[in-house]
Amino acid sequence: MTHISVKVDGTTYEDDVEPRLLLIHYLRDRLGLTGTPIGCDTTSCGTCTIELDGTAVKSCSVLAVQADGCEVTTVQGLAHDGDWTALQRAFHERHALQCGYCTPGMIMAARDLLREHPHPTPDEVRHGLEGNLCRCTGYQNIVRAVLDVSEEEVTA
Amino acid sequence: MSGTVEREVGRARTRKEDAHLITGQTNWTDNISVNGLLHLSILRSPMAHARIDRVDVSAALELPGVIAAFSGRDLAQEMGSLPCAWPVAEDTVVPDHPPIAVDEVRYAGDPVAVVVARDRYTAADALEAIEVDYTPLPAALDIEGSLAEGTALVHSDKGTNRCYGYHSASGDYAAAKARADVVVTRRYHQQRLIPTAMEPRAVVVTPLAASGDFTLYSSTQVPHVLRVLLAVTTGIPENKIRVVAPDVGGGFGSKLQVYGEEVITLVLAKRLGRPLKWTESRSEANVATHHGRSQVQDIEIAARRDGTVLGLKVSLLADMGAYLMLLSPGIPILGASMYPAIYKMGAYDFSCTGVFTNRTPIDAYRGAGRPEATYAIERIMDDLAAELGMDPVDLRRHNWIRHEEFPYTTIAGLTYDSGNYEAATDKALALFDYDKLRAEQADRVDHADTVRLGIGVSTYTEMCGLAPSRWLGEMRYAAGGWEAASIRVLPTGKVEVITGTSPHGQGHVTSWSQIAADALGVPFEDVEVMHGDTMLATHGMDTYGSRSLVVGGVAVHEAARKVVDKARKVAAHLLEANEADLDFADGAFTVKGSPEARKTIQEVAFATFSSHDLPDGMEPSINAEHVLDPDTFSFPHGTHLCAVEVDTETGAVHIRSYVCVDDVGKVINPLIVEGQLHGGIAQGIAQALYEEAVYDEEGNLVTGTLADYLVPGAPDLPEFVTDRTETPATSNPLGVKGVGEAGTIASTPAVVNAVVDALRPFGVQDIRMPCTPERVWQAVRSGKSGKEVAA
Repeated sequence: MTHISVKVDGTTYEDDVEPRLLLIHYLRDRLGLTGTPIGCDTTSCGTCTIELDGTAVKSCSVLAVQADGCEVTTVQGLAHDGDWTALQRAFHERHALQCGYCTPGMIMAARDLLREHPHPTPDEVRHGLEGNLCRCTGYQNIVRAVLDVSEEEVTA
Repeated sequence: MSGTVEREVGRARTRKEDAHLITGQTNWTDNISVNGLLHLSILRSPMAHARIDRVDVSAALELPGVIAAFSGRDLAQEMGSLPCAWPVAEDTVVPDHPPIAVDEVRYAGDPVAVVVARDRYTAADALEAIEVDYTPLPAALDIEGSLAEGTALVHSDKGTNRCYGYHSASGDYAAAKARADVVVTRRYHQQRLIPTAMEPRAVVVTPLAASGDFTLYSSTQVPHVLRVLLAVTTGIPENKIRVVAPDVGGGFGSKLQVYGEEVITLVLAKRLGRPLKWTESRSEANVATHHGRSQVQDIEIAARRDGTVLGLKVSLLADMGAYLMLLSPGIPILGASMYPAIYKMGAYDFSCTGVFTNRTPIDAYRGAGRPEATYAIERIMDDLAAELGMDPVDLRRHNWIRHEEFPYTTIAGLTYDSGNYEAATDKALALFDYDKLRAEQADRVDHADTVRLGIGVSTYTEMCGLAPSRWLGEMRYAAGGWEAASIRVLPTGKVEVITGTSPHGQGHVTSWSQIAADALGVPFEDVEVMHGDTMLATHGMDTYGSRSLVVGGVAVHEAARKVVDKARKVAAHLLEANEADLDFADGAFTVKGSPEARKTIQEVAFATFSSHDLPDGMEPSINAEHVLDPDTFSFPHGTHLCAVEVDTETGAVHIRSYVCVDDVGKVINPLIVEGQLHGGIAQGIAQALYEEAVYDEEGNLVTGTLADYLVPGAPDLPEFVTDRTETPATSNPLGVKGVGEAGTIASTPAVVNAVVDALRPFGVQDIRMPCTPERVWQAVRSGKSGKEVAA
């Protein structure tokens, strides 16, 4: 067992964990933060994407012990007092989700993309979301949602 | 209803479903936890076919945290065979299908043993500790080879790998062929696909030992069907099993199944008296969740020189995999009626042979039989056009049913109620700029451009709304096709709609709210839609086959009509008027000629709640239920056009534009319809260009993870231009037709037709799906025109 201290969605947790425990399982099984689901076991689908110290990572490819001393943001840390972020609103308005299983990871990846490229082209959005699979939407409405937010910032 | 209030049906409402999904307040099955929950894991066969000589779980049991471990033999007495509900032909061979293999494993992934542990990591360790001795057996690995003399038998007790034979004929195909100027024959391959819902399967069972009750949560499309069949398979009485489908992360047919894992989890929760959870890994999903397609299609079309199609002959070999699942034998037969599609012809001959192989079982995958049929007819229409030197659109136009000819009974015996192929096609051609692209294509050929342009067309129709129970009975399907809806108007006037359909991304809550709001004249926001729990939605037939709207949505409309009829009696009594003198509009009853005499449906609901003054003999309720069993299917249609650029030096295919005009009848919510089309088209393109379940010579799945099985990502897919025409169905009061499978059915042939079209100058007639760069490059190299290749 290894002792870790992690700040997740604003709350600091002190825990002893097995060195092999994946961060996604720590979040889901130990902390009960089930807003981030798991889609694969090969780091291929992006469903479990979260932010680790401000960078989007697939939490199935990070050990919980590696998050020691870090700050983690999950989709559950975004909406404050029912006030959705611009991306969450855009996903809703553009019908950028159907079953919604990929949505938390998609939103976290899109946040990262917009931080790096605040005004991406449609192609840049598609390439920026390459690591996140969606089986329902054909990506078109997801791309529209991300572009909406970038345009919102231009006009703001 | 005609009033001043804006109608809900037809409005692009954003979804009520989204709020919890975009904030992570979700209720996926794997999220469910209860005190004392144990984790179940399954050891699976690493071999395609082997005898099980010994299973030793003793080392696993010694690990700290392991509660139990069992082999198939240990549990065989408690679990019956998994059901097949569709023995489609009289001679269908239905092998025994134990949820855990007992004596023999028959595909790589077949369950061999289970462990129950305190957590998933311990369970994984325990699987490693189980010892299994296998004697490898020869395997039957491909569809054609399985029927060859001397091939290993998947089920030796059955003496054959032939599952069934099915034949139907209408008109005299031999005579049609004799009269034909041109006969084109082709062999198409429907590669095996892995459905890949983003949420892997999961099951949680919580037992209540004292009462013998069980609640089973499952990531299922079919909670009602599952409940019945769990009872049949385990012997636990149906009224002791509550099935809940919480949030379900996609299905595409792969979750319309009754899976062994659901049975195993229930049986072990009963045996151990403890709550259990099983969650599939993606690697497990790829081998153990049913696969789709997997057919060899021999197609022959006979026509006159002017393009008139005279007859069609279809002969299929359909892979069942190692066992029959719920619907396996029926899937190819669902497509049987759809091969003649939108075309008039005098003769049609269909036959299908079901084949067992030592591979993962095959069952429904988005479209289920209809994408396969549409692919074959739309591919061979292009090949016929090429043979005749006709434009493929002109050939279709020459043969299709004209809009004034509806209703039209096809050679396959289906009566299409409505359609307008001309309108959809003309609109699509204009949006696509067809003539300009054809000119560019010719120009590139003239200049021997190394990047060629290809144009693919697909004018599809489908049968939606799996439904008429009588038809299903004639097809030897065990269940009916009805759907239930009930509506409760609460004392405050708020409305609850309870539907037997069980959504997993399709937006039923929003669409059903729109239907109920219009029919009752209440605000959209006042409607709650409940589903997916057999304790609440007490009966239903669930969600698959684009049936939800056409059967379940119409049932909501009909239940609302009954509510209004009952409310009318109360309103007439309260207004001291004759029922016949009441108008109902915008949620209120008024007396004809005196609009000030008015009772809203909310007032009526409260009057019924208080029940102080109701018509004599009337029950104090305006709630109503409707169970709908439609007389027929519905038939959406459309025209999909795809332009591809094919690099003849690298084999790379780039989709340059994709345009479709679909006619799905009356649209309830354009936003949702467009979203369903996008997703469907993406899945169809995936079959055309990217996805294939590949096995090695030993029968191991090479594409066992998402690192190997190429599900397209955002950069792999183009922008889709979608538009529509709206020809209402005449077979239901809403005029709706269904949309969930349309994109998948239509897009695969459009894309492959485009790729082949680009390469016809090289003598290429066909490219097997998926049209990977390597296959395309090989096709160019081996094309007949040596000169072109040399250039």
